[in-house]
Amino acid sequence: MIQGAPLPAVTEDSAGFWEGTAAGELRIQRCSSCGRLRFPPRPMCPYCNSLSYKWAPMSGRGRIWSFVVPHPPLLPAFAELAPYNVIVVELDEDPTIRLVGNLLDDPDGAINDVDPSTIGIGEPVQVVFQPAGEDVVLPRWVRA
Amino acid sequence: MTIKDKTAIVGIGQTAYGKSLPGSELSLACQAIKAALDDAGIAPSEVDGMGSYAMEANVEADVARNLGTGDVTWFSQVGFGGGAGCGVVGNAAMAVAAGQCRVAIAWRARKRGARTSRPWAQTAERVKGLGEWSRPWGLVRPVDEIAMLTRRYMHEYGATREHLANVAVAFRKHANRNPAAQMHAKPMTRDDYMAARWISEPLCLFDNCLETDGAVACVITSADRARDLRQPPALIHGFGQGINPQHQVMTNYHRDDPLMGPAWACSEVLWRNADIGPDDVHVAQIYDAFSPLIPLSLEGYGFCKRGEGADFTNDGALEWPDGRLPTNTSGGGMSEAYVHGFNLIVEGVRQIRGTSTSQVDGAETSLVTSGEGVPTSALLLRKP
Repeated sequence: MIQGAPLPAVTEDSAGFWEGTAAGELRIQRCSSCGRLRFPPRPMCPYCNSLSYKWAPMSGRGRIWSFVVPHPPLLPAFAELAPYNVIVVELDEDPTIRLVGNLLDDPDGAINDVDPSTIGIGEPVQVVFQPAGEDVVLPRWVRA
Repeated sequence: MTIKDKTAIVGIGQTAYGKSLPGSELSLACQAIKAALDDAGIAPSEVDGMGSYAMEANVEADVARNLGTGDVTWFSQVGFGGGAGCGVVGNAAMAVAAGQCRVAIAWRARKRGARTSRPWAQTAERVKGLGEWSRPWGLVRPVDEIAMLTRRYMHEYGATREHLANVAVAFRKHANRNPAAQMHAKPMTRDDYMAARWISEPLCLFDNCLETDGAVACVITSADRARDLRQPPALIHGFGQGINPQHQVMTNYHRDDPLMGPAWACSEVLWRNADIGPDDVHVAQIYDAFSPLIPLSLEGYGFCKRGEGADFTNDGALEWPDGRLPTNTSGGGMSEAYVHGFNLIVEGVRQIRGTSTSQVDGAETSLVTSGEGVPTSALLLRKP
């Protein structure tokens, strides 16, 4: 847990995602009508305009699409950890489904453990789950 | 029907730019607007249209009560921060062309010289909407969000920090010629750029715009009325706004091709309604909250092909006086002032008037763009 870090608001649209991470699953919205995945969560499918969807479990595997290494000035919670990494991961199931996360050395690791000079675009990664507050479990990533 | 050449920017005004200016944001707004009206030779009582940013703290009614306007019959705001500027002016031009008002003012006033005034520093404990899917992981500031796109751009197209230095050094040279610029007295070499501290790798301090207290305003009226006014008019030849499919504001990571931002949609309508194309643009003011927005915008507005924006900046292409496209000739957001891109608009007007401190000889056409990476807008100005 990163004390003082901002947490996502759990909304009507996003609740299924956060229920998934709490259960140790990466779940992405899948349209019940046309079957397309979409992220971030939203009420309407942009491909067929259906309002019905299911939360589909993903394999949790993906590749690093890009990454940054933030330095201060930052919010105090993150300034203490800087420099750390933030990555964007594209999922194996659909490379246009991309999630922001962090690369860790191990599932219990910190966001500043990995030497940033070793991170490469295209690296395969696997999702892990870390509690981030009373009711939120964040997906982060380790090398696959 | 288009609004091509039907309206003009006839007055421009600005306050000083600085880290800590006296007076409230409302005072700064009123000072810049009054200066623009004086420049045009139009009395405040004639103002009947008001355009502003949705992020502007000074609402129309308050500004109107200070200026002493008459009846205001058109007012409107444009959202999305740095993407709004040209949209504010373009929407005012549409309102004038449609007869909803006769003399419109448009402005931006900000006090963000102080660290505590930075919007990202006010991130809530619970994030909803903008940043909901990024800030909890430490992708907190606009610079982090754009750095993510930059790293990918470098990976796909071989862009390097040398290209970004081309941008930063060019704009600093222009600022060094502009007494109003915050960086007027501060030269910067390529070595200075390379030695600067990181903010969000791969972006360093000098890839970022300035933090500025200041206000900028302009006056828009019909091309007919413009003929009799004090200043040579800058005709609004073209105008565009754009949101492209599946765009997400700032963290545009979720569409097929995240490196194609809203500029691509804006560009389509801008050129569709214009008599000229990118090759006919003599001077450009391109929104530069961050240096990589320059190559991305050059591509979006058709100055080069996809992936060629970084190389476009080579050989002094952006530099006054001899570059193929002198860009941000007052120093831009990175070296003149960061007034949410509105200072780029008045510099675009100065180039048409012939009064820039880095004046492009014989400039007859001038492109101004607002922020790429968010829902955006652009103006194409020309001499009558």
